This record gives sequence, structure tokens and C-alpha cells, in this order.
Amino acid sequence: MRELRIHGRGGQGSVTAAELIAVAAFKSQVFSQAFPAFGVERRGAPVQAFVRFSDSKIRLRSQVYEPDYVIIQDSTLIKDVPVFAGMKEGGIAIINSEKEIDFSVPKGVRLIVIDATKIALEILGIPITNTTLLGAFAAASGEIQLDALEEALGERFRGNLGVTNIRAAKTAYDLIKGAN
Amino acid sequence: MLQIMEGSHAVAEAVKLCRPDVIAAYPITPQTHIVERLADMVADGELDSEYICVESEFSALSACLGASAAGSRVYSATSSQGLLLMAEVCFNVAGMRQPVVMSIANRAVGAPLSIWNDQQDSISLRDAGWFQWYAEDAQEISDFHFLAYKVAEDNNVLLPGFICFDGFILSHTYEPVDIPDQESVSAFLPPYHPVIQLDATDPMTMGMYATPDYYMEFRYEIDKAMTQSAIALRKAGSEFKEHFGRDYGELIEEYRLSDADFAFVALGSVCGTIKDAVDEMRKDGKKVGLLKIRSYRPFPAEEIKKALSGIPLVAIIEKNLSIGSRMKGAVGLEVKDAINDSGVCVYSYIIGLGGRDIRKLHIRGVYEEAMKGNGDTFYGLREELL
Repeated sequence: MRELRIHGRGGQGSVTAAELIAVAAFKSQVFSQAFPAFGVERRGAPVQAFVRFSDSKIRLRSQVYEPDYVIIQDSTLIKDVPVFAGMKEGGIAIINSEKEIDFSVPKGVRLIVIDATKIALEILGIPITNTTLLGAFAAASGEIQLDALEEALGERFRGNLGVTNIRAAKTAYDLIKGAN
Repeated sequence: MLQIMEGSHAVAEAVKLCRPDVIAAYPITPQTHIVERLADMVADGELDSEYICVESEFSALSACLGASAAGSRVYSATSSQGLLLMAEVCFNVAGMRQPVVMSIANRAVGAPLSIWNDQQDSISLRDAGWFQWYAEDAQEISDFHFLAYKVAEDNNVLLPGFICFDGFILSHTYEPVDIPDQESVSAFLPPYHPVIQLDATDPMTMGMYATPDYYMEFRYEIDKAMTQSAIALRKAGSEFKEHFGRDYGELIEEYRLSDADFAFVALGSVCGTIKDAVDEMRKDGKKVGLLKIRSYRPFPAEEIKKALSGIPLVAIIEKNLSIGSRMKGAVGLEVKDAINDSGVCVYSYIIGLGGRDIRKLHIRGVYEEAMKGNGDTFYGLREELL
């Protein structure tokens, strides 16, 4: 079983991101489970959401303490929240930041910094980065297929909103794939 | 069809397939997503039900009681303080033998205010005359609704029931769930045909007062009906398997118990975490297993005694507190009574109250405490706060 923890602030769509990843994983023939850290849905407050992936039915119900993957939607969280806590060696941390930032990640963790805010502003016109980061996650982790993610986004966001969110995710996907 | 959706939406889909005539509910966290979705379904014409908006949970269940007495299949859902506000009506619904089905997204009870999960709310209504089933995952939640109407409306039962599932932990989690089609559900669950119903052309009264000459017999009959509900559930559970492939013929589920010398006992979603912990502990050579109780009311004492036979040490994982009782947990008292063997150690552990996360390492910790002979206690208290 692999586990993902998403760190964000209330209003940035971390819970929606977790749900979309779980839906995309399901469409990729993987057992998945997504849930939020409950009850802290205040705008701007630090929030967490979790996703599990497995080849068999998922029974575990606790929160995620030793993630394989971490997504950090807002780099200002790093100084306030132990975002890398418990990360497994060989894990991947994806951070939204406009510049290279000075901090250390745990040993053996691969760090991916992406300016998702810039991509979101260009394509969506608003600084909501969750769907962009999903594209980066798909590319970096391989847990979800891009077409499954696009399908999940298309079902969640109707009309032009779906088109632009898919484009934002794909832009980040291609960027990370290209960097590999 | 296997789909992925939020637990609350799986409830709403299941309720829709049961085709209730009347829905009355008042929103409360973490139940809200269920009734929001049902209200949408009614407004969008997907579900042909009367959705009654009310100003409180007391009114919600009162409306359900009246509609049920008039012969309708009815539905409600609530949590925590909402359920406690319904408490008086709960006793009336059971006393008038109305087969109301209600989903309980289990939540702690204030004060202090907590929106998070434990099972104090429904356990507190243990003696209200409603059957109480506890689901481990979204699949059980969904399936239990079909079974609940079938059992509640059985002429040998005619009692209301709670479908209990852990708030947030199940209600707000996305996971795969198989939602059957309408044709299959209708074949399993035919329309409700009440034996007695209110009729304006032939007036009668339900729930009138009973003098000391009559009252006790009503109570006796309710208890008898609850016992009958166990039989009806086994029958419906077997029939369900024929229709849908999933087996609910037993009121308990045994997990790796047959050769165990240590048993955990629990209700609800924590059973999943315990199963994973049991698998890990087995790898370390510990012969542990789990007894999951699906039905808390009726309480399957005989089955529990049989399933735990020969196991010398039993630990009940409790998300409730029976304040002032020796064992502290309401479930443990009855498990101990069911086993009724002074040679067996049965301990309750109060854990996870008010949403405190329960991890596999806590399950191992409970095992260690039980092996040391420490039981009937809280587990995981923050001593620095006391």
C-alpha cells in the first residue's frame, strides 16, 4: 500500500484534490481511499487530506503518518507544519513554489518544486493550484494515469472549467515528464 | 456497479434505491452530505419522495413517525445531539412499532462540543427499541439499508432500526462501493404493505396510554420482536447473498479467530484497522483475531460465546463510555456476560473518543496492556492534561 498526504490551506482545494486522485486511481484499476483531516475547514488554516493506493481492498482507517508521497500546495506551510514528518525513504515531495527554496527534505526523498501558481494563473486565471499539482503528481508518482486524471477532472468540472483544469493538469504533467 | 464515491453519497444512493415515500431530516455534521444529496435527488425529480423540511431533529423524527403510521416507507438521518434531541420520539417510534430506518453518522456527544467521531450517540439509545447495526465500510453501509427495511418491515418484527457508521471516517471517505441497480433492489425489497395504518375513513389511535394492566405486555412484545429481528436478519442476509453475492447471514464476523488465543472485539470502521493490525501481529507469531459485532441490538450473545469459545483473553475496543460502570465500556459488559466464564479475561478499552485517531500501533498497545493484565480502562490518555 502507498500513501499520500496533501498539505494546503483552507480554500486551496486539498480535499478535492485527494478525492480526484482517488477517483483517477480507481479508473486506473487501483484500489483507493481518500479522506480529509476532519473539521478544520477554515479558509487559510493549514489543512491535510490523505489518499491510499493498494492492489487489494483498503481496510486501514487511521490518518497517514508515514507517507510515500507528499504534496505541499503552499510553501509558506513548511515553517509552520511538519510537512515532511514520517516520509519514507524513496518517497516524493511535490512543492508548489515560485522559486527554489532553502530547506532540507528527509534523506532519500526526491524533491520536486513546481511553480503551480504561475501555471494556474495563466490557464485558470485564479491561483487555485490543486488540479495543476495533480498533473505533477501523476507524472512524478505513476500512481494515476493522465487519461484517468483527465476523465476525473472532466466529470468533476463541467464545461469550460473542465477543459481549463485538464489543460492545467496536463501542462504540469508534461513539465515534470520533460524534466525527467 | 462498482463505483467510487463518498460514504455519505453511497448512503443517499442506497436510500434512493429503497424508494422511501417520505424523508424528513435536519442537517447536522457529519450527516449533512446525506440529506443534502437526497434533497437534490428529490428536487431534480430523480427520487419520487416527499421531502419534509423541518426545524429540528425532534420534528424530523415526529414527521417520520406520523408518515410511517399512515403507511409510508420513511427515512431519516442524524448524528450526536441531533439523535439525543430525537430520544423521546425514538421510544415512541419503537413503541408504536413503526419500521422507520435511520442512518446515524456516529459522532461524539457534548459538552464539550465535538463534531468528531465516537459511538456514544447511538450506544446511548441502546434501550430505545431500535435495532442497531454498525458498518465497517461503505459497502456495508449501503447494503445495510436494503436489509434494514426488509427486517424492519417484516411482520414478525415491525421495529425501527439505526444503520450506524463512523462519522467522517466513513461518511466523508471516498472508496469503491458496489451500488446495485433499481431492478435488483426492488426484487429483494418489495414495496411496504403495512398491516395496520392510520386511515381517515376508519379512525384509530396509536400510542395511546396503557394502564398498569396493559403496559408491561407492550414492553414484552417489543423485546420479543427485537429477538425476532435477529432471525429476520439472518434470513434476509442469506437472501441478500443470493441476490447480490455478499453474505450478511451472521450478526457477527469472525476474522482469524479459529486458532486464536487472543481476541479483539469491536464495532464499526475500526474493525478494518484491527484486521490490518491482526495480520501484522500474526507475522510476529502472535495468535490474535477479531470478532466484529455487526448487530449491537439485537445483541448476538450466543454467537459471540461460540466464536470466542476457548480464547482466554478478550479485549473490547470501545468508542463509548458507560460512565460509572465497572468495565467502563457498554459493549464489554455484554460480551463478558455472553462468555460467562470466570476463567476468561475480558477487558474493555475506551479509545478514540471525540475523533482521536486510532492507529495500528494503538491496537498493538491494547494487546500489550491486556497481556500485562491492565484492562477496563482508557487507552491513550494524555496524562499531561489530567
